Amino acid sequence: MLVRTRVNGEWREADVWPGASLLSMLRDDLGLLGTKNACEQGECGSCSAWLDGEVVCSCLVLAAQAEGREVRTVEDLADGDRLHPVQQAFLDAGAVQCGFCTPGMVVAATDLLERDPDPSDEAVREALSGNLCRCTGYQKIVDAVRLAASRAGGGA
Amino acid sequence: MEVLRPATLAEALEARSARPEAFPIAGGTDVMVAVNFDRLRPEAFLDLSRLDELRGWHEEDGEVVLGAGLTFARIERELASLPALAQAARSVGSPQIRARGTIGGNLATASPAGDALPALAAYEADVVLGSAARGERRVSLREFLLGPKRTSLEPDELVLAVRFRSPHGPGSFSKVGTRNAMVIAVASLCLQLDEDARAVRVAMGSVGPTVLRATEAEAFAARALAEAGAFDAAAAPVPAATLREFGQLAGAAARPIDDVRGTAAYRRHAVEVLARRALSWALEGRPAGRRAAG
Repeated sequence: MLVRTRVNGEWREADVWPGASLLSMLRDDLGLLGTKNACEQGECGSCSAWLDGEVVCSCLVLAAQAEGREVRTVEDLADGDRLHPVQQAFLDAGAVQCGFCTPGMVVAATDLLERDPDPSDEAVREALSGNLCRCTGYQKIVDAVRLAASRAGGGA
Repeated sequence: MEVLRPATLAEALEARSARPEAFPIAGGTDVMVAVNFDRLRPEAFLDLSRLDELRGWHEEDGEVVLGAGLTFARIERELASLPALAQAARSVGSPQIRARGTIGGNLATASPAGDALPALAAYEADVVLGSAARGERRVSLREFLLGPKRTSLEPDELVLAVRFRSPHGPGSFSKVGTRNAMVIAVASLCLQLDEDARAVRVAMGSVGPTVLRATEAEAFAARALAEAGAFDAAAAPVPAATLREFGQLAGAAARPIDDVRGTAAYRRHAVEVLARRALSWALEGRPAGRRAAG
């Protein structure tokens, strides 16, 4: 079936199997490989993307449900070669090891900072509670979010 | 396979009636797991995510009415006046799951571990069902939830809303699991004081085929609180032995099983502890949002 969705500001169309997820449409049909596929059951957060402004697990959205809606993915963040401040903070803080969880983490962290520019540690951990990282132990990821917040002038 | 995408509730009820084999999907947080793992291959999906009529909540005739499409994220943000329900919503999955998962999905999925169900049971909520042929009907939660993943929803019906009188008195929801986020409850419990009716209502999740009320514990607590004068004076002391006996009665009302998440014995013990703590929080008027620690 044909699904027409606005992805990162541009109308895109894909011919998908009716049971396909939004994640599968993004990756397999639209070639947006930044959104990662891991658990396919909403446990890991590596497929996090914005749907109508809210961060969701794209593996749990039927592609057909995104018809006519606004989708934003991790590819929307960098400006050409210039990384988004949250991406840069992840690099600078050493918050990236294998890198597989990173796009989902960056999406969840960016969403948090767009809503709350100076979040408490608890708010950071809460915002990232749906994103699993099996390498870092999370501390450097929390540091990265704090670094991004402080560079944006949002506090300490 | 195809996806039916009604734009209005009337169209959705027509489609439900004409195509009862079409599997309803709203937030997709349960349904898509089954699809992704090849466990669900319906001839069609009926997408309910576009129905504005089901999305909100309002108050009507002295009752709170939650549309079936209301998400846990919105309950968490907008319904702090119902602390037990807001705490239950807050404990669902992760922010990503709460952004999509709906109260109607929790009801229709009818998992014994559905997080919103103990709160709705303690509020003595009714479920509003609708069909194109017969219009709306209202059933109690007890009549609606028949067993694990079984409800009294007819093949041509959709869950439209859940409604209840807003309780006067403190209430809480607590849940035992292996971490704070992304947890399917090993045991959960909602306790709601109803100061108008001088009653204590206790509902438990994940310790039976569906949500269970601990009626003997409720009656015992109502009696004990009345005797201690606790309904009239917040500071009236309630003996520790009363709290312990209340917990034991709640544990005795559980009908748990052993499964991968925990043993029956652990679950019974867990609800005993949760019940005792929940009653002491209610009596102390402790702040909302507390979790059982350890």
